[in-house]
Amino acid sequence: MAGNTVVYIDHVQGKAPPAAWEAVGAGLALKDEFGGSLKAIVVGQGVEALAAQALACGVDEALFGEDERLMDFRPEAYASALSGQLGDADVVLFSDSVRTRDLAGMLAVDLDTGVVSDVTALEITAGQLFASRPIYAGKLISKVHAVDARPLLITLRSRAFGAPAASGSGQPTRIDVDPGDPPTRVIELKPSEGGVSLSDAAVVVSGGRGTSNNPSLVPPSDMTDEKDIEIWRAHQGFKLVQDLAAVLGGAVGASRAAVDAGYIPYSHQVGQTGKVVSPDLYIAAGISGAIQHLAGMRTAKTIVAINTDPDAPIFKLARFGVVQDLYKILPPLTEALRQRLGT
Amino acid sequence: MDFALTEEHEMVRKMVHDFAQKEVRPTIKEWDIKHAMDPQVLPRMGELGILGICIPVRYGGQGMDYISLGLACEELEAVDTTLRVVMSVHMGLNSMALLQWGTEDQKQRFLVPQAKGEKIAAFGLTEPGAGSDVAGMHSTAKRDGEEYVINGEKMWISLATKADHFLWVAVTDPGADDPHEGMTAFVVEADRDGVTSGDIHDKMGVRAGSTGWVNCQDVRIPVANRLGEEGEGFKIAMSCLDNGRYTVAAGATGLIRACLEASVKYANERTTFGKAISRHQLVQQKIARMVQDYEAARLLYLRAGWMKNKGARNTRETSLAKWYATDASFEAAAEAVQVHGAYGYSAEFDVERYLRNSKGAVIYEGTSEIHTLIQAGYALGMRTNADLRCELPAYAPDVWQAEPETAAAS
Amino acid sequence: MNIVVCVKQTPDTAATVTVEGGQVSWGDSPLVLNPWDEYAVEQALRTKEAHGGHVTAISLGPESAKDALKQALAMGCDEAILISDPALAAADSLATAQVLASAVRKLDPPDLIFFGKASVDSASGLTFAQTARVLGRPLLSQVAAVNLVDPDGGSISVERLLPEGREVVEAGLPAVVSVTKEINEPRYPSFMGIRKASKAEIPTWDIGALGMDSAPKAKVAWPEIFAIALESTSCEMIEGETPDAMAAKLADRLLEEKVL
Repeated sequence: MAGNTVVYIDHVQGKAPPAAWEAVGAGLALKDEFGGSLKAIVVGQGVEALAAQALACGVDEALFGEDERLMDFRPEAYASALSGQLGDADVVLFSDSVRTRDLAGMLAVDLDTGVVSDVTALEITAGQLFASRPIYAGKLISKVHAVDARPLLITLRSRAFGAPAASGSGQPTRIDVDPGDPPTRVIELKPSEGGVSLSDAAVVVSGGRGTSNNPSLVPPSDMTDEKDIEIWRAHQGFKLVQDLAAVLGGAVGASRAAVDAGYIPYSHQVGQTGKVVSPDLYIAAGISGAIQHLAGMRTAKTIVAINTDPDAPIFKLARFGVVQDLYKILPPLTEALRQRLGT
Repeated sequence: MDFALTEEHEMVRKMVHDFAQKEVRPTIKEWDIKHAMDPQVLPRMGELGILGICIPVRYGGQGMDYISLGLACEELEAVDTTLRVVMSVHMGLNSMALLQWGTEDQKQRFLVPQAKGEKIAAFGLTEPGAGSDVAGMHSTAKRDGEEYVINGEKMWISLATKADHFLWVAVTDPGADDPHEGMTAFVVEADRDGVTSGDIHDKMGVRAGSTGWVNCQDVRIPVANRLGEEGEGFKIAMSCLDNGRYTVAAGATGLIRACLEASVKYANERTTFGKAISRHQLVQQKIARMVQDYEAARLLYLRAGWMKNKGARNTRETSLAKWYATDASFEAAAEAVQVHGAYGYSAEFDVERYLRNSKGAVIYEGTSEIHTLIQAGYALGMRTNADLRCELPAYAPDVWQAEPETAAAS
Repeated sequence: MNIVVCVKQTPDTAATVTVEGGQVSWGDSPLVLNPWDEYAVEQALRTKEAHGGHVTAISLGPESAKDALKQALAMGCDEAILISDPALAAADSLATAQVLASAVRKLDPPDLIFFGKASVDSASGLTFAQTARVLGRPLLSQVAAVNLVDPDGGSISVERLLPEGREVVEAGLPAVVSVTKEINEPRYPSFMGIRKASKAEIPTWDIGALGMDSAPKAKVAWPEIFAIALESTSCEMIEGETPDAMAAKLADRLLEEKVL
């Protein structure tokens, strides 16, 4: 089945997250296996470089459209800008983000077509494209296909597809776009703490309730409230988690138990009600492995579990396990990796 | 016969379940270890209307039925017995007695704020020297003009240091031929001169609760605080127990369920000799027994609640439900600890707390031995129900859910 | 203010889900109000409490979805409507959005339409954006706080929780708002609410009642559902005499296996 695939380059004010290139990689893989053409498209303000980068990845053609009104991402405006450009596409790929779900959803309305979100695998069987996506908190997978719908819009889960190696060239093509006036106004953006985004990270090191379990540490003498002391202990444990993450260039995650206990903000929570992550390496320190947590990280390529309890459920999913106190093992592990990786 | 719970009952059950699981369960073990009551519990139960669940709306309550009370108690004790103890004393032993025996004035002064959760209620019957032998109590109430003077000490009183109102039973006629006819019931407010109280610590169980002693030293209360007639105190106390015992029965059922759920979960995870311990027959036997006891206990308390709804006298049925459920919960907890092995012996898991908590219930609100004699008495024709001057009102949804009539012009 | 909240009934998240005969099965586990929708209902109620008005809960689902609507009523919604039609059994997010939009058009024009972030079963997270687009109303998604609602001036100001930070956005009313769990703590149903809800009559609207000629067609289908085969990874336990030795061994193994 040869088809026309279009890949949208997701971005925030001209900066694309790593996942955007994974979508290009997925498009290239589709083209490699099944033929057809691959076009990249991006709209916004100051996005020509993104189109050029897509060409450098190997797409056949890269279109970009600019308009002042597209400076801030607003789904209505971006959908209006794009909907006229997708007429000859069979499939439109997006990397999955808060932006692209709203965008793809609205485009599906404009184009009266189908949209599938959070897709982890693509395959073509008997000439039909199937998009697999997790449902029921990742306990089941459903395989979705279009029913009389063209183009099929698909958002691809972060880290489920590989980024392409640079291997192309060409000049991006400017297109005219009419976004209309956005119906909402961005007043300001209050930035969050920096660091590697949990969803994008190749390595995640997570701490759980076990981070507060070091009775031999002496808290500051002016600290008397038990809850404050417990949180202080947990912060010492999370420092070790953060050190390891830093050496590996990774992000810090946490179990729900740690977040609920106040050890670390919710933005770090990995699990059914937190973030779903799919890194290459997931190191769980002092986390027992409740089902809710596993739902957030079970698709990690390699899982390392560190826990003093050999019966902790997390060991069932882990590739490597260490039955050891995280306070004793994390510092030497960080050092051993620092030496070997030269970071 | 319809054994299904109504949609309303299901929603009530879920609401109390969610409250207990989300707001109490995460920290209850810590309070248990501290031997202290979570200060959030009483205010939250008040705010949510649980403290007035089966009191008519016009008396400040939520207008639900007695089965709802039972369902709530089952869910509360499934998290910790101390939550259900609150219902046993505040609602079962005190508020429902006011509903049954109180004058309109007493209902307005005491029941309304209790049902709204603005005041906390408790029950003063047991004394250091009188438990099962109620008539052997020493507390006195002497009539003096338009007042009674109360003296005495009550012990093992749940919420002793938290309650605002005590339903206090004392001897008004020490010379009575039959001591059972010499006692009278009163409402004693905790802030009256001469009332002191203190906590009792170091109990085996219900450590996240509040148990204590209350002492009255020449406490003067108006005659309007007397509940019922002089000499009715014993009958009133026994009718209080009909309601308190009901909450204990429902709660113990919840405790059996908690033991069952913990055991099933652990048995499916723990492996020995190459398989999950749930595959070993002697473990299966323990779990099967818990199922049997849970289902039987549940039907017994629901039947008692159903009878209360109908306004039917249920002393025998409630006693039977309490006796069965509490004995069974003690056994279920012991077996749950056994299923958990060494981990069951450790405070890391909940089951040792369930065991420690369960022991209290076979002692209070009538020891299992007392209930054994009660049941034998009924069966052998040696005991019948005496008529009561006031019965617990039957549940009537329209009446109970009617808003209080506002004064014509105020 | 007229407020609409769109909810869904889903299996309990604690349920063990399996595939039986190509269909998802959750055994005896109860069906509940989608947990994410509780935050939407709560926000709808808080908005009504602050500005006065009427909250209508609507849901597309089978007859059993009335139980989820009853939960919404018990929490305090004034009215609930079930949209149900056998022709909608295979509705995708687009068809759902079109149906919800048709329902909204039959109600008194709402100032705000609330959604939860996603449903815990299919979790497509698309329906609110699509409903907004069908209605031609502005979308405010990922809302973690509502800073201001001005019913007379017809505007709303919110904070959206994005990976890059909190975005403060304004829109005119009517608007479609989907909320995250940071926005509030959903209330329990009150006992009075429970009594009212259990007595409530919830009307069912089918395609005809919505004023539609025919059910919108789903543009995607998912005939195949399967359980994830639990790869029984045999866990390699890292041993060592000392923590230092264990650390060195683990580091070496990670590099050998090209994990890093």
